[in-house]
Amino acid sequence: MSRPNRRMITVLQPGPLALVVDLGRPGHAHLGVPPAGALDVPALRLANRLVGNPEAAAGLELLMGQAELRAESSCEVAVTGPPVPLRVTAASGSRPTRTRAVSSHRAVHLEPGEVVAVAGPSSGLRNYVAVSGGVDVPPVMGSRSADLLSGLGPSPLRAGQRLPLGPVQGAPPEAGVVPASEVAARASVAVMLGPRHDWFSDPTGVLRTGRWEVSPASNRIGLRLAGPALTRRAEYRDRELPSEPMLTGSIQVPPDGQPMIFLADHPTTGGYPVLGVVLPDDLPVLAQARPGTTVHLRPVGSAGT
Amino acid sequence: MRVLPYGPSALLVELDSVDQVRAVHSALHEAYRAGRLPDVVELVPAARTVLVAVRPGSSDLHAARAELSAVPLDRPPPAPSGPPLIVPVHYDGADLELVARTANCSSAEVVSMHTGGVYTVAFCGFSPGFGYLTGLPAPLRQPRLDTARPEVPTGSVGIADEFTGVYPRASPGGWRLIGRTEMTLFDPSAQPPAALAPGRRVRFRAAS
Repeated sequence: MSRPNRRMITVLQPGPLALVVDLGRPGHAHLGVPPAGALDVPALRLANRLVGNPEAAAGLELLMGQAELRAESSCEVAVTGPPVPLRVTAASGSRPTRTRAVSSHRAVHLEPGEVVAVAGPSSGLRNYVAVSGGVDVPPVMGSRSADLLSGLGPSPLRAGQRLPLGPVQGAPPEAGVVPASEVAARASVAVMLGPRHDWFSDPTGVLRTGRWEVSPASNRIGLRLAGPALTRRAEYRDRELPSEPMLTGSIQVPPDGQPMIFLADHPTTGGYPVLGVVLPDDLPVLAQARPGTTVHLRPVGSAGT
Repeated sequence: MRVLPYGPSALLVELDSVDQVRAVHSALHEAYRAGRLPDVVELVPAARTVLVAVRPGSSDLHAARAELSAVPLDRPPPAPSGPPLIVPVHYDGADLELVARTANCSSAEVVSMHTGGVYTVAFCGFSPGFGYLTGLPAPLRQPRLDTARPEVPTGSVGIADEFTGVYPRASPGGWRLIGRTEMTLFDPSAQPPAALAPGRRVRFRAAS
């Protein structure tokens, strides 16, 4: 079916890193394919609801904002994640140039040629942009998500890149503004111990009392933490672990004892022991944790497995 | 067999050998295909472990435990059905001489040993479609290079420890390289995307 007048948006400025994301491509780990997808899943789902999209539609994940998008056809846009100011500028050439300030966390209507500029968030890291109809790049293995580890899916967006939009579903955008709160400089996440907690000396005690800082070397593959070392018990000190499967939220501990928490673009297997797993409900907190954020890894009871 | 907790929605089965991994993986995969584990999201074999991940809140973790108790580990897993995938290889790898020297034989004998084996994809990892194949003749079970190459070309055929495999695309790598294939082993738009999926049988043939 030809679509000569396909709805589009143009990325005028991607900011530090802008990616197409949806809910990822789980179910392919046995082929070595990472899950990928939005790091702050509830924020992407909310953005989609605000513009009337199915929650799983593809949108954009912006790292530290500073992006500009131009509507090539009329559309609804919503930005979620940490609160961030937006500015909408009318089509260039219109007289006089009109600019209006709007807030994030609500649907904003754009006319063709209008540009929405997303500022840098004053807290948190990642904003999500949903556009009515969803970003309709070709899916790869069931997902439109970029994957920075394997290179599957669309590459990071470049200035001037045009993105096709899907058909509008007809659902009315959710009315009103959703309250959004700033991201705290301290993060407390619940951790279920296992499978390799028995490799470490007093893992519960170290987690309870220890505080770690998010390292600047963190990315979508994993959050690197700096703080008290998790040391191996004597009988495991020189033990090698044959590579085993990793999950989003797995806390892998290399020989230097500094934990790394795997995020959505993580490798499917890894060769260092996993002390425990961050509960899925707490992953969005980690998605927004800036370098320097203090992290408390709070041990909680096992599932009785 | 040990079953270890792995977060609220997964478990990790720890085993003694690649053969046991294959037995557990094929039994759970069969149960999934028969509809007995409908909520399984990921079933991932590795070198000595199998991951079972389910939808949050599903009772399939308990069901998977019940399936596990019925897996016979004391006999070899059933041979995968279907003819093996034939991978044509130009045996001109940068480490062919080193492999021959280490095995105390000629390069031609390395080729004849590598093409003589029948291999099985034990698991994938490292990068999409990178299969770890077991069944390597003993003289070819050799350690990795001391220093990994920053870039191994697409299609390179290598050996490392008990495994042989093919780099589906260019990447850094430390396996000893004995040849290369022009066959496409991973294409995300193909069905199936990975030619070397777990359980697949494989033979290598010297390309003319």
